[in-house]
Amino acid sequence: MSEPVTLPEEAPEQARHPFTEAWEMFRRNHAALVALVLLVLICVLAVIGPVLYGRDPYDMVWAPFTRPGENWDFILGTDYLGRDLLAMIISGARVSIIIGLSAAFVSIFIGVTVGALAGFYRGWVEEALMRFTEFFQVLPTLLFSMVIVALFGASLPMITFAIGVVSWTAVARITRAEFLRIRELEYVTASRASGARNAKLMFRVILPNALPPIIVQSALMVGSAILFEAGLSFLGLTDPNVVSWGQIIGSNRTYFLDASFTVTIPGVAIFVTVLCISLVGDGLNDALNPKLRAR
Amino acid sequence: MTEALLKVENLRIELTTRAGVAPVIDNLSFELGHGENISFVGESGCGKSMTALAIMGLLPEGVGRVASGRILFEGEDLTAASDSRLRDIRGNEISMIFQEPMTSLNPVYTVGEQIAEVLRAHQGLSARAARDMAADLLDAVRIPNARARAGDYPFQMSGGQRQRVMIAMALACRPKILIADEPTTALDVTVQAQIFDLLRDLRRDTGTSIILITHDMGAVAEMAERMIVMYAGRNAEIGPVEQIIDHPRHPYTKGLISCVPHIMATLTEDRPDLTEVPGIVPGLREFGQDRCLFASRCAYRTEQCLRQRPPAMAFDNGQLADCWHAETL
Repeated sequence: MSEPVTLPEEAPEQARHPFTEAWEMFRRNHAALVALVLLVLICVLAVIGPVLYGRDPYDMVWAPFTRPGENWDFILGTDYLGRDLLAMIISGARVSIIIGLSAAFVSIFIGVTVGALAGFYRGWVEEALMRFTEFFQVLPTLLFSMVIVALFGASLPMITFAIGVVSWTAVARITRAEFLRIRELEYVTASRASGARNAKLMFRVILPNALPPIIVQSALMVGSAILFEAGLSFLGLTDPNVVSWGQIIGSNRTYFLDASFTVTIPGVAIFVTVLCISLVGDGLNDALNPKLRAR
Repeated sequence: MTEALLKVENLRIELTTRAGVAPVIDNLSFELGHGENISFVGESGCGKSMTALAIMGLLPEGVGRVASGRILFEGEDLTAASDSRLRDIRGNEISMIFQEPMTSLNPVYTVGEQIAEVLRAHQGLSARAARDMAADLLDAVRIPNARARAGDYPFQMSGGQRQRVMIAMALACRPKILIADEPTTALDVTVQAQIFDLLRDLRRDTGTSIILITHDMGAVAEMAERMIVMYAGRNAEIGPVEQIIDHPRHPYTKGLISCVPHIMATLTEDRPDLTEVPGIVPGLREFGQDRCLFASRCAYRTEQCLRQRPPAMAFDNGQLADCWHAETL
């Protein structure tokens, strides 16, 4: 007689890792996939582009208003001061993306904190924080950020801060809504019953489960922060010592009728980048929004 | 009897609803000894879960509160304990498992991490020691290949396995009391039996007292020494399980027992028809009235039942029934 053996229990078959499932959903959105590839290319360009191309964007290298294709040394032409547009676009990519990311980070940080506290504690905390959020919501965003930049100076950190401070409200509302939903779920009660303190419940139990819609919102926020920065620098509220796409447009806008390419080219760069971010955000929404799973 | 581990005295819990304040638990008293298993039975909405949450100090904030009475755990009044003291007790000395194993585990962490987390919080174990112990605990609740399964996420497990994980988590710190709130309601019948077996064995090995909340009279008969029948937030009958099943002194208990086919009848003898207790549990707004709340559904009701709340009638065998007719039943 041989020893009796216990058979290993099989896990239910449909069980797949949530990440795998999300990636499957994302992959089905072809536009998002193409956009993701483009976005990666843009980021790579922003990081190693200046080294590869090696031309100083501030150098006056050729006659002003050289049209694209006139001189193959300057493929995209030169601006009103005779600076190489391609060099400016490449080095501007870095600034635009950094501002986009860090402004989005600032607004996520504020929004998640406010939303989490409001949704978790309820009661007067929620009342106070949501009124505060509504106050920010009704401020005209561009005007408010212009005031901040005008008052405190047009340095990159201040611009980032100004953009973040005016755009966190959506994140706060989403986070609060998710917290309100999740705090009533049984695993939160179970954690509470095992002695978890509030901070742990908020940030280790509830927040990870609230992340999907926050991630989608954050992706879109990066895009809108880039647009916002372009808007500010078009109005001249920008650090004159760094090139950004918006700043190229802003400084060349007087010559728009004579040399429209100096404005169009950075405009296209902004357009493509923001479009890609939006499409990726859309793909993330497909991947992470359980309501769309059924399709 | 030696000093009880948990002693609930005249507990009254009030729930504030739109209709006003209702006592969901009205003058409940019971004791739980070391290593004892006591069962709460009763229909949904009778305050069984509320009692459990009150012991844990987890009454819904701003809605439910302990209005009077005491909950003494080893002589310490939990209703007066500070939040941080309660957090120390929860999961460490008194822990709880829930009805819905499918949703009681956090979906974003592996089961091993979730068990280890409890150990680290209460026992101050290192990450590595906690992980090892989590695997041992999974093994103790008879999850095959425990070391590997500790790395699984809840969605990779079946309902029965998840409930085992919940039990492992609840027993991780060797609590003195385990509150099981309808632990098998959501599970298949075959799995239910396994979970009850497991609870019984673990209790034998660890000496943990268990408060079992259930609808299942069969489980009560098998698991518990004493039972408390609750109706509309009040104690209907309390006493040793065998005595109560043998001779219920409260018409509600009688009804509940006759609803269960296999306790009353054997397959060969004449089988009485399955009965039901007619009607439903009264709404919250009727709670707290000075009359027998069961009277509207009772076949034995008299004028007196509608006029005055029945006191607890004590019997020699330890049975205690809140019914005007307990002696004649």
